[in-house]
Amino acid sequence: MSGIIGKKIGMTSIYDDNGQSIPCTLIEAGPCVVTQLKDVETDGYTSVQLGYGERKDKNTPKALKGHFAKAKTTPKKKVVEFRDFRQDVDNPISLGQEVTVGDVFAADDFLDVVGTSKGKGFQGVVKRHNFGGVGQATHGQHNRLRAPGSIGACSFPSRVFKGLKMAGRTGGDRVKVINLKVLRLMPEKNLILVSGSVPGAKNSYLILEK
Amino acid sequence: MSKLIEELEQESKAIKAKHPSFGPGDTINVHYKIKEGNKERVQQFQGTVLQIKNVSTNGETFTVRKISSGIAVERIFPILSPNVDKIELLRRGKVRRAKLYYLRGRKGKSARIKEKL
Repeated sequence: MSGIIGKKIGMTSIYDDNGQSIPCTLIEAGPCVVTQLKDVETDGYTSVQLGYGERKDKNTPKALKGHFAKAKTTPKKKVVEFRDFRQDVDNPISLGQEVTVGDVFAADDFLDVVGTSKGKGFQGVVKRHNFGGVGQATHGQHNRLRAPGSIGACSFPSRVFKGLKMAGRTGGDRVKVINLKVLRLMPEKNLILVSGSVPGAKNSYLILEK
Repeated sequence: MSKLIEELEQESKAIKAKHPSFGPGDTINVHYKIKEGNKERVQQFQGTVLQIKNVSTNGETFTVRKISSGIAVERIFPILSPNVDKIELLRRGKVRRAKLYYLRGRKGKSARIKEKL
């Protein structure tokens, strides 16, 4: 799997040749720096670690400074590992090399985007787990339209099962949306336009996977 | 809105600039491309502009209303669609509203719009 780290800019829409309006998201992707290369001998698996976004020197722990110094680069804010990074056999990726969006993606490619969804706070089961609610407002129902209903049987099992879907903190999870199409690629500006929406708020970090 | 998105939407401003500027109450003629199999032909739709929605976004649309053999027809066109071939401005109307929904209940004499000179 190859990929790149990016930042969500925002959404807009464009028209395709048939006149169909396509909602799309603009993502600033890269340029990333290869901060570590893992191989089978020392780590047990192969992967490429990429760093993205400048981080202030004074906010970087010494241990991380040393890590970035090994790759001869400045401290990075977001570091992500890509297992089995697809690369040319003749031209393998080296430590400290810059990876741009044009290296990884081409126009009309399909990609997956990983991000952290927007936090929604404490929510009921209708919003959190897509429960149907009660469904009837009349026929004796009173102020429990969005209630979860029964959460289990009686004297057996005398307890509520673990993992039962109930109300609670919603959002802020790692979410992956799959098969978004690359509508436009602007490698000179480090921008990529993908179809549809991606998780998270504007300016939040995203992982684009191929 | 982000500057980068504004940059991206610059192209759509250029498309919009190709058409004459019009507003609600104006009478326009829209040349709309229609694909039938492999053939493409241009259809015309002439009528009064009822409203313009989602102004200055990429999703901007306008509604045109006409009376076609006694039956009122309304069509919504996305102004940036590549299928909108040409827009002709035929007559400017003098109206005091942005949305002319009041025309929907009217016909004949009461559905007239004064010309803006």
